[in-house]
Amino acid sequence: MSAFPQVDSTGCRDGVLQEQGQRQVFCGLTSIVWLHRKMRDAFFLVVGSRTCAHLLQSAAGVMIFAEPRFATAILGERDLAGLADCNEELDRIVHELLERRPEIRTLFLVGSCPSEVIKLDLDKAAERLTEAHEGRVRVLPYSGSGLETAFTQGEDQFLTSLTERLPEQTDEALSLIVLGTLADVVEDQFRRLFDELGIGPVAFLPPRSGEQLPPVGPGTRVLMAQPFTGDAARALIRRGAEWVAAPYPLGVSGTLEWLKAAARAFGVNEQRVEEVTAAPVARAQAALERQRSVLAGRRITFLPDSQLELPLARFLAQECGMELVEVATPYYDREFHGAEREALGEEVRLVEGQDVERQLERLRADRPDLTVCGLGLANPLEAEGLRTKWSIELVFSPIQGFEQAGDLAELFARPLVRHDTLRV
Amino acid sequence: MQLTLWTYEGPPHVGAMRVAASMENVHYVLHAPQGDTYADLLFTMIERRPARPPVTYTTFQARHMGRDTADLVRETIRDAYQRYQPEALMVGDSCTAELLQDQPADLAKGLGLPVPVIGLESAAYSRKEGFGASEAFYQLVRGLAPAPEDLAEREPARRPTANILGPTSLGFRCRDDVHEVRSLLDRLGVGTHVVAPLGARPDDLRRIPEADFNICLYPEVARTACEWLQRQFRQPMITTVPLGLGATRDFLRDVAEVAGVSPQPALAEADARMAWYSRSVDSNYLTGKRVFIFGDATHAVAAARIAAEELGFQVVGLGTYARENAREVRQAAKAYGVEPLITEDYLEVERAVADAAPELVLGTQMERHIAKRLGLPCAVISAPVHVQDFPARYAPNMGLEGANVIFDTWVHPLMMGLEEHLLGMFKEDFEFSAEAPSHAETAGFSGGRAAVRGEEETGAATAEAVEQATDTPAWTPEAEAELKKIPFFVRGKARRNTERFAADRGIATITVETIYDAKAHFSR
Repeated sequence: MSAFPQVDSTGCRDGVLQEQGQRQVFCGLTSIVWLHRKMRDAFFLVVGSRTCAHLLQSAAGVMIFAEPRFATAILGERDLAGLADCNEELDRIVHELLERRPEIRTLFLVGSCPSEVIKLDLDKAAERLTEAHEGRVRVLPYSGSGLETAFTQGEDQFLTSLTERLPEQTDEALSLIVLGTLADVVEDQFRRLFDELGIGPVAFLPPRSGEQLPPVGPGTRVLMAQPFTGDAARALIRRGAEWVAAPYPLGVSGTLEWLKAAARAFGVNEQRVEEVTAAPVARAQAALERQRSVLAGRRITFLPDSQLELPLARFLAQECGMELVEVATPYYDREFHGAEREALGEEVRLVEGQDVERQLERLRADRPDLTVCGLGLANPLEAEGLRTKWSIELVFSPIQGFEQAGDLAELFARPLVRHDTLRV
Repeated sequence: MQLTLWTYEGPPHVGAMRVAASMENVHYVLHAPQGDTYADLLFTMIERRPARPPVTYTTFQARHMGRDTADLVRETIRDAYQRYQPEALMVGDSCTAELLQDQPADLAKGLGLPVPVIGLESAAYSRKEGFGASEAFYQLVRGLAPAPEDLAEREPARRPTANILGPTSLGFRCRDDVHEVRSLLDRLGVGTHVVAPLGARPDDLRRIPEADFNICLYPEVARTACEWLQRQFRQPMITTVPLGLGATRDFLRDVAEVAGVSPQPALAEADARMAWYSRSVDSNYLTGKRVFIFGDATHAVAAARIAAEELGFQVVGLGTYARENAREVRQAAKAYGVEPLITEDYLEVERAVADAAPELVLGTQMERHIAKRLGLPCAVISAPVHVQDFPARYAPNMGLEGANVIFDTWVHPLMMGLEEHLLGMFKEDFEFSAEAPSHAETAGFSGGRAAVRGEEETGAATAEAVEQATDTPAWTPEAEAELKKIPFFVRGKARRNTERFAADRGIATITVETIYDAKAHFSR
């Protein structure tokens, strides 16, 4: 192993090496691209610069022909001159927007790097605007600023803001909140499984409508569907909810253990879980078998991007037989990632944070069979003869649950199969 | 504050990045928060650039802001210089960093690096991408140019030479336009001295003043630099842009005049196949087609001339998103008797297109979507660019071959002349009604039915089709609902596979479970 490059780390926490330097990540605003599709009566108004607007349209797959449910209130020179005028301008834009889009029931004011630097108080603005549009629309603030958030952390801030507005649950009856955006099709699959297991009532957060906010209280159990929802989970815990420790529902065993954890919290015996999941587990294993022949023994590196890196690495190593070279994550949350981290064992090189130049040097020395990275790096690495998988697809595609386990493996197999197929 | 849904232009620092990414041995250090690195994907994904753009970001976060971000800037500049050893360093900031007022260019100059440092003002809250590109190119040209008195005396015997200025990375068809314009200069016996910024090194920029004159090929990027060169080095500039056959001939004449050569031999051969195609009878139907044009100023004005003079279209709308160059568009609009549309609001463009009721839209990728919504044919003529604007084949827009490419690109979205004529003649016949059976259907192929269902027409038509087909298993309402969650472009396949799977196993009723059993069965 000594031939492999070492991480020039600034420290080590929980067996995870710390790295600092130039980062190559999206900011939290990017999560609007999937959040607006999840919550169909919500509008996301970024208060920021032309850069924010440009980022959103670039990340959203360049341009979409429908009028989107997100927009940017672009700050101009005059807004920087005086905050009083800036607030007035924001009010004017929100009025204009609501007039044009009467179907909007929830409006999110999303803070950005520039709005944060000029200390524009969006919490106050949200209060003021909620009052002004009483009964018509609810205005909620959160920050997607790159100073505070990277990529999926934007969703965490969004969820935290929602969490603070959930109604109080008055009784002690058990209920489940599944935390983190899932594709509708995955949600429905999970809902059917929970129904069969007799677990309920189940609410998915974020909900499909801003009107369907589930109540929270001491009877609430929180099951995290996405690893990047730590702040929101803590906010729910502060409101009396109890966290259900579980791996993330990626792959067969991840999904099974995730369901078992929920079952335990609701007093459903394990045998019932085995019965209910037997058919989908068998299907998923059959689907995985085909991909395993492609993936087994291949070496993979994760560059830090979506915070999905640890559970994905666990799935690829344990269920697909891949060899982990380096697993880097933008943020490591000991509380909610610790179990996934342990599942990877002691031998794997784990890195939190990034110094992109050093990381690429390690990558060139390691030359893994597959590298999971962002869109800015994928083609340059392909041109260097490395095979890559875009991490953003892992956030946009349905990958959780039994029925998607084969698809998830196939996402990693495809670049390898393609490489073997091409003769150009 | 301005409400923006989609934007035609990015922020100014993206314009500067385009100039940096166009050149070799230049590096750009950008003081910017971590999320701003998204801009790399414009180059690596849209243009399929096989290397990272030469940009190092400071990627400061909240934790840096308590301390001194200026230190981070200095450290980043030093590291980037060490690593990349560029021949010139560009230094600037993005919108957020501009608020911090760290003055990164001054910090860079304080480091005493052994290469020129070009500082860039971003003006992020008042200007846009076009300005950023123009300013970056101007500052580079100016910062690297020799003093006029250091310039060697021109050798009187050598052949005339010109610089081609303005083509950039992520510009519209620049890659192939440069090739075409070089060949036009060749035809006149004029040498191409420097092409910049695309493919140039800092040393090439230093050599710009040696040429006899400059060709301002993309005024959005090069005009400021060309005007400075004209003042500083008395280099004349050609502002004729060879887009279209007429403009290409004008270009040959103007270049010949400035170069002091005869345009005649080149002009005599300056023909393009499109001229004959446009005169041929099949093109009669193009006469008076109503066309709406929107883009950057240069491409929009050129498109209007081509439309009116070379294709016989009627210009019913003309506009630009580039306010800096709106004057040219206003003048042209006046000549075509239309109201100029100067706006960055694509919704306003959509309204104007709908009002003008054109038969063809010539615009950017945004107008392509507008046209799709309005059910109009469209061709893309200008940036902002899309991955489709970087075709694998040679596809210039400028010069003689460019005129041919434009003819094809604009005419193909329209129905071909004879085809349209015949359809007009026969449209009353019953075979042309939507209810008429397709050939595939009458010939007994099942493909026709599958195709209809592949489109997922809801309601009576689908129910009927399912009922008629006795060998097809029935779908439970839950299974139908589940199927609808699958993206439309694979839904038809999913339905067929599930039905095949059920039929093979004698399953009479397809449930949600069957869908997933079939999915597991067919997944590779």
